[in-house]
Amino acid sequence: MHELGITQNIVAIVSERAGEQKVTRVKLEIGTLSAIVPDAIRFCFDLCAQGTSLEGAALEIDEIAGRGKCKGCGEEMPLSLLAGICQCGSRDIICVAGQELNIKEMEVL
Amino acid sequence: MCATCGCSDDARPKIVNLQNGQSAVLNNQDHHHEHDHEHVHDHNHDHAHEHSHSHKQSTTITLEEKVLAKNDLLAERNRGWFEGANILALNLVSAPGAGKTALLERTIKDLQNELSISVVEGDQATLNDAERIKKTGCPVVQINTGAGCHLDAQMLAVSLKQLDPPRDSVLFIENVGNLVCPALFDLGEKSKVAILSITEGEDKPVKYPHMFRAAEILLLNKMDLLPHLDFDIELCKQYAISVNPKMKIIEISARRGDGLEHWYDWIKTQLL
Repeated sequence: MHELGITQNIVAIVSERAGEQKVTRVKLEIGTLSAIVPDAIRFCFDLCAQGTSLEGAALEIDEIAGRGKCKGCGEEMPLSLLAGICQCGSRDIICVAGQELNIKEMEVL
Repeated sequence: MCATCGCSDDARPKIVNLQNGQSAVLNNQDHHHEHDHEHVHDHNHDHAHEHSHSHKQSTTITLEEKVLAKNDLLAERNRGWFEGANILALNLVSAPGAGKTALLERTIKDLQNELSISVVEGDQATLNDAERIKKTGCPVVQINTGAGCHLDAQMLAVSLKQLDPPRDSVLFIENVGNLVCPALFDLGEKSKVAILSITEGEDKPVKYPHMFRAAEILLLNKMDLLPHLDFDIELCKQYAISVNPKMKIIEISARRGDGLEHWYDWIKTQLL
């Protein structure tokens, strides 16, 4: 439900950086543990882009898989939730990937 | 109403100062489409050279920009301001109806002789919660987020100007009742305080792990209702610890007063 506001942010950032140029493609990086639903961003994107330099631009989203690192033994592991348990028994796991919400690049004419 | 995204004045965040009745509609600076944009471009100058329009090359520009960078920056400004004024800012988060406002009413009543307290209330609509807080005698500002499902750092910054909390005080920020979005938007608070009422399910912490991971302390509220419920306290605590091993958990009843001394002790340790 917060994706509309976030997409407005994305459009605002990209159009500011593009200035007078026409934007033809935007590439985002969204982590699977970021609490952002890529499909909802896609749904909002065309709507938010209307009337801006991003109108008609293609949207690409790279989804980044979650990875955790155990603070006890240093082992890295895939994370499907924000929390997990390490083989060593520790639950003190920090998330090292999967919480991204970044604009990677844009293509302009 | 705007045909592009459906935004309207009603949908924009509004801030009401309950002390003087003043209100302000927040212009969302992130919202860049222009509404009244009818200036005419005069393109009548002659071109002295030939343009070739068929070879327009597209250029890829690397941005590497965090989408929430602007909110994070404003949140850090709020945080610096709190530190400078020695204000303890706590962001109260929960599902709707978990008892955030009741907890605040009781906390203010019990601590207002010891601590200087002020409150920022967040809801999509109505002044109801701010009116309740005002009755305790505590300064309060209400943010109505309109279409928004969470408070953000800019809304807080604007309400701080209205509220003007004193030095060496405690500021409670009651976020919009929602276990998803408020976890993503840093306001500049020192800590998030999660409240879960035992009339909800034990598994809320694992269903909404972002929020329970972001919070430093969990208050299990409505403990007075325990005899009437099948709520498994230990299971709920296990779930909470599984998403946030460092979480401090306190069982309370804002209505009857159970356990509140531990909550007050925690607040006082945060002041040091």
